[in-house]
Amino acid sequence: MLTGMRQHVGNFPGVTVDKKSGSFTDGDNKYDLIDFPGTYSIYPRSKDEQVVYDNLCISTSVDHPDAVVVVVDAANLERNLLLFSQVYDLHLPTMMVLNMTDLAQRKEIKIDKEELQKIFPEAIIVESNARIKAGKERIIDGLKSLKKRSSLNFVDTKLAAVDDYHAQEVETKERFKKIKSALSNIQKVSNTKPSMSKLDRILVHPILGYIIFAFVLIVIFQFIYSFASIPMDLIDGSFAYLSSWTASHLPPGVFTDLLTQGIIPGIGGVVIFIPQIALLFFFIGILEETGYLSRVVFIMDRIMRPLGLNGKSVVPLMSSVACAIPGVMAARTISDWKERLTTILVAPLMSCSARIPVYTLLIAIVIPQQTVFGFMNIQGLVLFGLYALGTVSALLVALVLKGLIKTKDKGFLLLEIPSYKMPRWGNLGLSVWEKVRVFVVDAGKIILAISIILWALATYGPSDSIEKAGIAAKQEAKELNLNKEETNNLVASAKLEHSFIGILGKTIEPAIKPLGYDWKIGISLITSFAAREVFVGSMATIYAVQDDGESNLPLIEKMRREKRKDGTPVYSLAAGLSLMVFYVFAMMCMATLAVVKRETNSWKWPLIQVGYMGVLAYFGALITYIIAS
Amino acid sequence: MEQTLSNVPNGQSVLVQKVAISALRVKLMEMGIVEGKQLKVLYRAPFGDPIAIDVEGYVLSLRIDEAELINVESIDKLT
Repeated sequence: MLTGMRQHVGNFPGVTVDKKSGSFTDGDNKYDLIDFPGTYSIYPRSKDEQVVYDNLCISTSVDHPDAVVVVVDAANLERNLLLFSQVYDLHLPTMMVLNMTDLAQRKEIKIDKEELQKIFPEAIIVESNARIKAGKERIIDGLKSLKKRSSLNFVDTKLAAVDDYHAQEVETKERFKKIKSALSNIQKVSNTKPSMSKLDRILVHPILGYIIFAFVLIVIFQFIYSFASIPMDLIDGSFAYLSSWTASHLPPGVFTDLLTQGIIPGIGGVVIFIPQIALLFFFIGILEETGYLSRVVFIMDRIMRPLGLNGKSVVPLMSSVACAIPGVMAARTISDWKERLTTILVAPLMSCSARIPVYTLLIAIVIPQQTVFGFMNIQGLVLFGLYALGTVSALLVALVLKGLIKTKDKGFLLLEIPSYKMPRWGNLGLSVWEKVRVFVVDAGKIILAISIILWALATYGPSDSIEKAGIAAKQEAKELNLNKEETNNLVASAKLEHSFIGILGKTIEPAIKPLGYDWKIGISLITSFAAREVFVGSMATIYAVQDDGESNLPLIEKMRREKRKDGTPVYSLAAGLSLMVFYVFAMMCMATLAVVKRETNSWKWPLIQVGYMGVLAYFGALITYIIAS
Repeated sequence: MEQTLSNVPNGQSVLVQKVAISALRVKLMEMGIVEGKQLKVLYRAPFGDPIAIDVEGYVLSLRIDEAELINVESIDKLT
C-alpha cells in the first residue's frame, strides 16, 4: 500500500498472481515491501495462495520477511481476523492495518481499537483508508515501532501441515470461537444486510447478462485492435530502422549480421507484443477492479463446467484471443489443478493476434473480395470462421481432456462477489506494468534465443552451398538485367533455399505435400515456430520481395502467380484454406510453450500440447484440403 | 428431512447447522461458514447454479454441489 500497491483482501486475484515488490526509505531506514496475493487463510488451496504459505511459514524461503503487515478489511472483520490471528501466531513482528474503507463507513461499522489491541497485545494496529490514501504517516510510524515478539499466542495450536485438513479444521474452529467471543466488544454494526442490487439484476440476468458480457468483449477487442496497432507499427518501424542503421554503421561480417538480423529483430519480436498485453490487462484490470469480473465468472461457471473448465477459465481464454501468454499466466487463479491444466492446454487454440497477419495474407490471396447476402464480405466471414473454429475446438478439446485427466480432487468455485467500486487507476497501472515485465523477462529470453537459432539456421548451410547459391543468383540477376534491389532480393531468396532451414523445408516436403504445400511453405512453417507472424516475413524472403511490413501487395501478387509444374496455382483455394486451418490448430509459438513449462513446472505438458495440436493441425489441414479440392 | 443450502429459495435466511466432512470443509470455514452462522440466499446464476449468498456482510458465490455440503435450518421455524 505504501508503494501504491494494495494487498488483495478478496479471493479473486484475476490479475494479481505474481508477487509485487517495492521499497521506500524513511530517514536512514530502507524498507523493502513485498505484496503477497490475497488469501483468506495461510493454508493454501491454490498456487497463488501457496506463495503466501511458503514465504511466511518457511523461515528459509527467499522472501521470508522480517515483519508482516496484514491489511484487514474493517467491513469483514471476523473473516479477516482469522488470517490475522494465524499470521500473529507465527511470532514475526506483526502490524495490522485496519482498512476503514468507505464501504465499512457506509455500513456504519464502529470498531473499538483498544478492545482489538487487548486480544492481540503485541501487534501494532493502525487505521487507514487506502482508497483515499489516508494513513500513510501512521503506517510508517507503525513500521518503525515494530518490536521483537515473545512466544505469546492467540490460540495455542501448532501450525498444521498443508495437507492436514483435520488439524486445520480444529485450529480454524478454535480461532473463530475466540474471535467471535471477542468481536462483540470490538465491533458495533448497525445491521445493514446486503441484497441483490439493481445492477446485479441486469448483469447476472439469464439473457441480458450474456448479451452485456458479449458486448463488453466486443468493445474491448475493438479497442485493443484499433489502439494497439499504432504503437505496434511504431515499434516495427523503429526496429527495422535500427537494424538498417546498425548495418550501415558497422563493418560487414558475421557479428553485424547476428546483430542486425538475429538480435535486433529478436528483441523487436518481444517488444511488439507489449502494446497488446498492456491493453489487455488494462481492460481486464478495470473489469476486475469494478467487480464485474466476479459476475462474469458467476454467470459463466455453469456453462464452462460440463467442459471440465471453471467460470474462472473465461478470463484466460478471452485473454488468449490477444495472446496465449498472458492467458496461460492468468490461469493461475483457478485453484483446481485439473481445471487449471485444462485451461492452459486449450488456451493456445484460441486464435491469437499473431495469427492475424497470416490469416489476412492468405485470405487476400485465395478468397475473392465478394459480398454475399447483400452485405456480408466473404473475406470477413472466412476470418470470423477461423476464430470460431479455434474457439469451438478449444472447448471440444477441453471436453475430451475432462475424460482423460484423472484427479481425486473435485473442482470448486467459492468466490467472493465484491460490491461495485470505481477502479483505482494507480493500482491498475502497476498491475499492467507487472504483467508486461513478467512477459519481457520470462518469455522474452526464450523468444530472443529462438530467433537467434532460427537466424543461424537460415544464414548457414552445409559447407559452401550458400555462397555458391548466392553467386549463381547474382549471375542470374545479371542475365535478367535486374536492378540492385531486385538482385539483392533474388540473392537472399537463393541463400535461404540452400540454408539449413531451406534443406529442412525440402526434407519435410513429402510429409506436407498431402496438405497441398510445397517446400517453400515448409520453410515458412519451420520459421513460424519463433512466432506465427514470421510466416509473412519468411514468405517475403522466399519470394524475393521487399517485405515492407505494411501493405503486402507485391507479395500477394507473387504468391498468386506461383505455379506448380503442371501449371496449376500453388495457392489454390484448397491449399490456402488448408494452410489457414493448419495455423488455427498448430502450436507454433515457442514463447507460449516456455510459459506453459514454467506454469506447469514440467516439460510433459508443453510437449503433450505440441503433440495434440500438431495432430489436430495436420489432420485438420489434410481433411480441409481433400474436401476443398 | 435435512435441508441443505442448495435448496433454500432466494431471499430466505437460514442458520448453518453442520458442514459435511469433505476436503472443502476447512475452506468453507475459512470463508466464514461455521455452525450457527446466519446465511441468506440472495440470487442464483442463470440455470440456477451457482448461487450467491450473504455471509454476514459479504457476498459469496458457490456451486450447488458445494452448497449441498452445508446443512441448514430455516430461521422461520425457530420463531
